[in-house]
Order: sequence, then structure tokens, then C-alpha cells
Amino acid sequence: MIQVDNLTKRYGPVTAIHDVSFSVDKGRIVGFLGPNGAGKSTTMKILSCFMAASGGTARVAGYDVFSQSLEVRRRIGYLPENAPLYPDLSVASYLNFVAEIKGVGRAVRRGRVADVMERCFIGDMQNRLIGKLSKGYRQRVGLAQALLGDPEVLILDEPTIGLDPRQIAEIRSLIRSLAGQHTVILSTHILPEVSMVCDGVIIINHGRIVAQGTESELVQQAFPAARIELRVAGADSDVAGAVAAIPGVLGVQPLATRDGGVGMLVEAARDRDVRPDLVRLVAGRGWTLQELHQVGMSLEEVFIRAVAGEQEPHEPLPAAAEEEAR
Amino acid sequence: MRWLPVFKKEMRLYFGSPVAYVVFTFFLVISGWFFSQIFLFYSDASMRSFMQPQFGQNLNVVDNVMRPLFTNMSVVLLFFIPMLTMRLFAEEKKAGTMELLLTYPVRDGEVLAGKYLAALALYLILLGLTLLYPGLVAYFTRVEWGPILTGYLGLILTGAVFLAVGVLISSLTENQIVAGFGTFGVLLAFWVIGWGAEFAGGNLRPVLQYLSIGDHLEGFTRGLIDTKDLVYYVSGVALALFLTLRALESKRWRG
Repeated sequence: MIQVDNLTKRYGPVTAIHDVSFSVDKGRIVGFLGPNGAGKSTTMKILSCFMAASGGTARVAGYDVFSQSLEVRRRIGYLPENAPLYPDLSVASYLNFVAEIKGVGRAVRRGRVADVMERCFIGDMQNRLIGKLSKGYRQRVGLAQALLGDPEVLILDEPTIGLDPRQIAEIRSLIRSLAGQHTVILSTHILPEVSMVCDGVIIINHGRIVAQGTESELVQQAFPAARIELRVAGADSDVAGAVAAIPGVLGVQPLATRDGGVGMLVEAARDRDVRPDLVRLVAGRGWTLQELHQVGMSLEEVFIRAVAGEQEPHEPLPAAAEEEAR
Repeated sequence: MRWLPVFKKEMRLYFGSPVAYVVFTFFLVISGWFFSQIFLFYSDASMRSFMQPQFGQNLNVVDNVMRPLFTNMSVVLLFFIPMLTMRLFAEEKKAGTMELLLTYPVRDGEVLAGKYLAALALYLILLGLTLLYPGLVAYFTRVEWGPILTGYLGLILTGAVFLAVGVLISSLTENQIVAGFGTFGVLLAFWVIGWGAEFAGGNLRPVLQYLSIGDHLEGFTRGLIDTKDLVYYVSGVALALFLTLRALESKRWRG
């Protein structure tokens, strides 16, 4: 449905995206992940025909975004970053304008507008001026205008930004419900959102795609080994050495000492669960087992690895802190 | 024809915000003041000519009231039209709504047409309100409607050029004040450029005279429709709108 080949965009001397290629199949929801300034919005602006690329091609529903721009624009719904809207129009008159400009027929227009207002939970605000709405409502009005005209492809730049947790959940389930009939590409900073909403992930950094695939594929690629965090107290001898001797253990990395216990990160082959062996070892030596758990091979860590290129496997960055950091 | 939704949206924004009302009010106050002063002066002059028949043989209400009124209104428009056009593109660019507008299935030309025609419609309503003045004159005395109609045609064309220049400059910036002041500056420059013709020699003289916006209104107020003036106005509008389209297009390239 979306086919992007070697897309490049330069703003003067600055290259925003470089040689970006990916494709999204019909009915799929793909998350576009990347730090600020990575080129997510630039890619979306090109896909939505707002901007021309400096090089490469992008096709939406088989039409070229540059040479067949109008055909593409008939088939997309776009929510730009920060949902820019007209503050002096009321919600209903704004959505009516959008329906009209998207060519929704006069006979069904009122019904369609009412429908998207209901789906985006903004019906109660339809006579308010957009300028008087809270950020969360504005964001949902933005989403509503993207949904108008029932476009095949939705391009959503940070659709849940500025919403409260309950609204986020509602909008996520709304987006999730679009899968199948609609192809969605959405960008976000919130990593759990991708796991919850998306079928596939594209990670972009410094204008280049650094990883793409489904979440489990990415995790497998990034972490070929299973990882287990182990903390042992009362050890009188070399714990690491003993652990490393267990068959299936590929490596042992020391962790910081906490609560008087020796900590380590054990990497083991995925086809063999070494946890029972670890328990038996600790019990057999008479040590105290403080902690034993498989550490998350979550998207977050994949993301941090892909983006930062540095490994911090034992301290998963909390999603909240990640959001704060924006 | 997808320009219509844009047109309707712009009209809703003009009348949904104080812009239209403020511009209408002050334009009518100022042009009404001009009209009353000119009319009082004329009635005084005609009174005197009644007593001294050799004085003021050619007193004519259209020549002596409507012509100066048209000229005065065109000067006032110089100040007012930038305020009607400055927001058209600059506001959308600043707010980011331009990004959405240009990704809807409409051509740039249709967006431009919707916006330009909305500004033009607002201007026509404004001019329509001033029909009160010739109406009042006609109430008191017999008037020749021909030159009044051509005078209005001249004002419509002058305004059309002003608006097109305003739209062009609004498309070049995202700052409304820059758009408004820039438009005023350019219009004023084209207004006073004719004054240079007095002292300009050779081929420059007719060129400066032809470029001057005000000079082209002159004929219309006297009841003359000169092709030369029509060409000036129509080509002015066409050029400004064409450049606006190019500016919108280049925005897509530069991002």
C-alpha cells in the first residue's frame, strides 16, 4: 500500500532523511519510531504530499506522491504533528469544511461528520470554538479530520500526544480498530504504544532506517541470546566462574552489587532454559538466592540499541522517563 | 470545483472574527466623513453659483462629488486592503494549518482561488455599502449614473489589484504584520511612482506613468473605460496571482 524507495530529503545543507526505503502492506499498522529530529515527520510530510522529496520515490496505493499527488491525497488522511487547526472555527463547522474539501457528498456529509465525532469522542464539544478546546480535544479533532472521507491510508504524526491516559487508551483502540480496512503509519515516542497498536515497527535515526520488522523479529535480531539477571548473597567463591561453567551459558557480565549480593547478567542460548540449572547451582553451594529473572527483551531495549548504538542491557529505560525526556 | 469549500471557510473566518466588522466600520466612517465634507462643500459652491451665475458654470454633481470621493476612497483602500489580505496565507503558515490544507485533494490553484475570491467578495460587500453615498446624492438631485458605474468599476478593479498584491505578499511570509506592512509598502510605492514621471525624462516618463496605480482610476471616474487601463488592472491581478501560485509551489520544494 505504501512503497518508499531510497527517499532522501535535504533542507539546504542539512539532510533530514537519507536513502529511506520501506513498504507497508494493506491493512497493516506500522509504527515509526525514532528520537526527535530523526526524520519521522519529514518522511510523513513527503508521504502526505505536503513536501517534495529531494530524491527517491514514494508511492501510496500505487500512485506516486509527486507526479500523482491529487490521486494520493484523495486516499490519505493526515494528522500532522501538533494537530494544526483553525482556532476561530467551531468543531462541527471545521469538520464540515474538511468533509466538503475532501469531496464527501452533501447528502451524507452530516452523517459522516457526526460519525467521526462520535468515534473520536468529541461530539459533546461540537459547537465549541477549536481555540477554546484543551490539547486532548484538539488532538482528537485532528484525528477526526484525518478519518473523514474514509481514506485507505492514514498518516498519523504522534496521534496520542497531549492526551490523558484514558484518552490514550481510547484512541489506541480506535487506531487498532482501523487495522484490516485501513493502512496506518503512525509515529510515536512512546514505545509501549508500538507494542500495543502496531503490527510492525520501523526505527529511524539520523535520517536512516536502522531497523524494521515485527516487534518479535526485532527483539530476536537484537538479542540472539536470552538474558537472565541473577543475584546471589553469601557467596564465598567465584560465582561468575561457576555460572559460566553451566552448559548453555554463553556469557556472564557483572552487575552492580546491591543489598550485599553479587549481581550478574547471564546470557544463555535461547533453545535451552538454564534457570533450573542456576537454581540448583546456588542451592547446592549453600548461597542465598536473592533474585533470578529473565530480563525484558523489550522493544525499548531494541530501540535504545538501534538508536544509541550503545548497550545498556541491564537497566531498561522506564517508558515514563523516556516520555519526560522529550 | 473545490475552491468553494475554501471560499466558504475564509468567509466564515472573516465574519467569525472581528476582522470584517472592524474594517467595514472604519472604512464606512472614514469614507462617510469624506462624502459629507465633499457634499457640503459642493452644496456651498452651488449656492454661491446661484447668486453669481458667472461663477461655477460647469458645476456637476458627479464631477464634483463622486469623482473626488472615488479618489479619496481609493487612497483609504491603500490602508485597508492590506488588513483584509494579510492573514490569508501568513496565518495558515504560522499556525501550521497550511500543511493540512495542502494535503487535501485540492489543487493549489483552487486554494488560491477560494482565498482570493473570498477577499474579493468581502471587498465587494464593502463597496456595496458605499452605494449609500450616490444613493443619497440621487435623492437630492438628478445624477448621471454612467460615470458613477464606471467609477465603481474602476474601484473594483483597483481593489482587485490591491487584493492580488496582498495575497501574493501574504504567501511569502508567515508573519501577518510583515504581510500587511509589506503589502501597504508595495501598494504605496506603486501609487507614488507616477509622481516621478514629472521629472523623469525620455522613455522613463510614460513607463512610470503607466505603472502608477492611481492614474488608471482617473479615466474610470470620468466615465471612460480605456482598454489601456483594463489591461493594466487585469494583467496586474494575473501577474500577482501567478506569482502566488509559484510561491506555493516552491514551498513544497523547500519544505
